[in-house]
Amino acid sequence: MNIDSIKNGYVIDHIKAGNAMKIYQILNLNRLDCQVAIITNAKSKKTGTKDIIKIDKNIDIDLETLGFIDHNITVNIVKDDKIVEKRKLDLPETVVNVARCNNPRCITSIEKYLDHIFVLTDKENEIYRCKYCEMSLKNKD
Amino acid sequence: MKHLIDIKDLSVEEIDDLIEVAKDIINHKEKYSHKCDGKKLATLFFEPSTRTRLSFEAAMMELGGNVIGFSEASSSSVAKGETVSDTIRVVGCYSDIIAMRHPKEGAPYVASIKSEVPIINAGDGGHNHPTQTLTDLLTIKCEKGRLDNLNIGLCGDLKFGRTVHSLITAMSRYKNIKFFLISPDELSLPEYIKRDVLEKNNIEYVETKNIEQYMKDLDILYMTRVQKERFFNEEDYVRLKDYYILNKLKLKKAKKDLCIMHPLPRVNEISTDVDDDPRACYFKQARYGKYIRMALILKLLEVK
Repeated sequence: MNIDSIKNGYVIDHIKAGNAMKIYQILNLNRLDCQVAIITNAKSKKTGTKDIIKIDKNIDIDLETLGFIDHNITVNIVKDDKIVEKRKLDLPETVVNVARCNNPRCITSIEKYLDHIFVLTDKENEIYRCKYCEMSLKNKD
Repeated sequence: MKHLIDIKDLSVEEIDDLIEVAKDIINHKEKYSHKCDGKKLATLFFEPSTRTRLSFEAAMMELGGNVIGFSEASSSSVAKGETVSDTIRVVGCYSDIIAMRHPKEGAPYVASIKSEVPIINAGDGGHNHPTQTLTDLLTIKCEKGRLDNLNIGLCGDLKFGRTVHSLITAMSRYKNIKFFLISPDELSLPEYIKRDVLEKNNIEYVETKNIEQYMKDLDILYMTRVQKERFFNEEDYVRLKDYYILNKLKLKKAKKDLCIMHPLPRVNEISTDVDDDPRACYFKQARYGKYIRMALILKLLEVK
C-alpha cells in the first residue's frame, strides 16, 4: 500500500495500534484543509503493529496532549520532503479538558463550567489525579 | 492569603505552631477572648454536620468574634442553582473567614480559587477534613505527650473514612510510627494510600480483621463509624455497619495508657461501657477540636 510522502508537515509515528482515530479526534484534525493520512496496523519492529498519522501542513500540534495519550509516540517534523527533527514526547505535568473525572462525588460532576484538570502525581507508574477530588484516572484510553 | 483545604497545605512546623497556640489557649483562655473582636466567621454547611459547625462557631465566639452562615444547602442560594464560586464571592463580602462543608469532593478547593477571604475546608465528601486531623494531632500530643514513637491502631471504615486517610498522611511525617489497620476486606485502606503514603515513606504497617489481635501493642486506638452516606448500596451498609464493637472485654489486654479516639458521632462501634474508662478520650477529643480551630482561625486571620 502506498501513501504519498509529505512535503512540509508532520509524521506522528509509533502510535499504539488502535489509537490513531482517537488522536485524530482529540487534535481536531478533521478541521484541517490539507491531506491527512491515517494508517492503522502498520508493521512495527518494536511492537508488532502501530498506527501512523501523516499531516501535510505545518500546524500547531498539542504535544502535551499527545504525550498524555501516549508518550511513546514520535513526532517527525518534515520540511522540503526531509525529516528535519524527531521529537520524543514526555508525560505532561498537567492536562486540561483532555480526560473527564468519573468520580460521582467530585465537584466537577455538578459544576459543569469547571475545567477537568489532571495532575501527574506518579511519573513512574504514569498516574494522574483529578485536581479537585484527587481520584486517579484509571484508564487513559 | 492562606487557606486550609488539605492537611498537606501545612508544614510540620506550622502544625507544631498551631498545637502550641492551642495548648496556650487551653491554659490561658482569657488572653484570647477578644482576639477576634469585630471579625465574622461564615459557616457554610452545604451538608449538615452539627458538631463540626458548632465547634467552629464556638471557637469563633470564644475569640470574641461573630458567626453567620447556613447549616444545610436547602436553606441557601445553592438550592436555586448558584455555583460554589458565586456563593463564596458573595459571602466573602460579608465575612472575614469562611468554614465550608460540602458533599462534593474538591468543592473547598474550587471555593479557594476565587475567594478573597481565607477558606477552611470543614469536610468535602469522603475526601479531606483537615481540622479533624488537627484535632486528632492535638489530642495525641496532649494525651500522649508526643507525636512520634507511636503504635496507632485504625479500626472500622478505612476505605471511605477520610479522617483516617488524613491522619495517616499527617502522622507519616513523624518518626517511628507504626500503623495497625483493622478492617473488613470491603473497607480496607485504599491501595493508593498504602503505596503513596505508607510505602513511599517507609512506614511500617500491618493489616488485620481482628480488633483484639494487636490490642496489647497499641498506644492509640482510633475507632471510626461506618458512614451510611458513603454507600450507594444499602445492603452493603447494613452488612458492615456493626462489624466492630469495642467493649470493655476487648480492652482487657490493652495498655494502661492506651488512648481511645473517635471523630464522633459514634453509633454502635464503641459500647457505652467504655465511656467511663480513663482511656476513652473521644469526648475530650471534641473539646480539643474547638481549641485547635481557635488556633487555626487566629493563624489564617493573621491575628497575633
